[in-house]
Amino acid sequence: MKILVVDDFSTMRRIIKNLLRDLGFNNTAEADDGKTGLPMLQSGGYDFLVTDWNMPGMTGIDLLRAVRSDDKIKDLPVLMVTAESKRDQIVLAAQEGVNGYIVKPFTAATLKEKIDKIFERLGK
Amino acid sequence: MTLEAREDSEEQFKQDLLVSARELVKCIEEGDENSLSSRLEELVKYRDTELYSELGKLTRELHDSLNNFQLDSKVASMAEQDIPDAKARLQHVIQMTEDAANKTMNAVEAVMPVSEKLQQLSKKINKKWKRFRSSELSVEEFREMSRDLDDFLAFTEENSKSIHSHFTEIMLAQDFQDLTGQIIKRVIELVQEVEDSLVRLIKLGGRPVSDISKPTKITDSDERGHGPQVPEIDNGDRVGSQDDVDDLLSSLGF
Repeated sequence: MKILVVDDFSTMRRIIKNLLRDLGFNNTAEADDGKTGLPMLQSGGYDFLVTDWNMPGMTGIDLLRAVRSDDKIKDLPVLMVTAESKRDQIVLAAQEGVNGYIVKPFTAATLKEKIDKIFERLGK
Repeated sequence: MTLEAREDSEEQFKQDLLVSARELVKCIEEGDENSLSSRLEELVKYRDTELYSELGKLTRELHDSLNNFQLDSKVASMAEQDIPDAKARLQHVIQMTEDAANKTMNAVEAVMPVSEKLQQLSKKINKKWKRFRSSELSVEEFREMSRDLDDFLAFTEENSKSIHSHFTEIMLAQDFQDLTGQIIKRVIELVQEVEDSLVRLIKLGGRPVSDISKPTKITDSDERGHGPQVPEIDNGDRVGSQDDVDDLLSSLGF
């Protein structure tokens, strides 16, 4: 299982990567915003996307839209991990087809729970 | 009017004045009573015209400055709203860094005695182990070492899990860098805006307003994002916790 972690703060990328490794996901890659993340996803091979919302260049919500509108990767499960916590934003992310939404600061248990739930729902 | 243009017109004024004055002297010398009074009147008029036009210019400048000052009401709204907000944001940053430091220290303090105990236990075993390898250990000492080994293994098994979870806590506490970074970035944008407005005010004295570029507005939107929630500033449209997020999503059929 190959996972792409997109966040503009390298500290947060490291945290998420370490937590994912703890959960048994060793194959991860990083990008610092949607602009650099999208071509990586489009080049193929990714099974899961964890993305922040508020990033320079291309935001996470735009990255989600770009993923959902690209036939090659439109079914990619997307987990949003972000400090954005307005109701309208969560509803918007849901409408755009997000698979899970975690508000920062979060715990290791929350990350595990959401990932488990996403894959359970996808029947993997 | 530029300084140069003003100097030119003053020079012109002096020339005109000089011509009139010479003509006035000429009238007196020639005893031309008829022209004398009209020349005198002309000279007085010069003084009045210059005085009134200078006064008019000053009045215009004052009026423009006052108007422009009022137009720049952005400064007032920054002083009333944005600066106090920025203070609350920075206070929140201090709180978050303090929390992260405390979380980290707590975890370190919890792990330290464990690592000390591990060191003690392994030292004890190591000593006997070396003597055992050199066949210097008595049977009684071997039994003792065996008990020490039991203790060591039990302690290691019991505590390695908690060491790992403390390490995870320390790692997660570093999220303050992301969250405070986002808040500080916003305050930097505000400082930039304040600087632009101050420069604008200073420039008003010397230059027409059209020369001065408008400050860039901080663009906060649902699309671009609002950054982490700051208590005291962010109102009720924020969710309070991950549970609220889950409730909201499940109400949407998630």
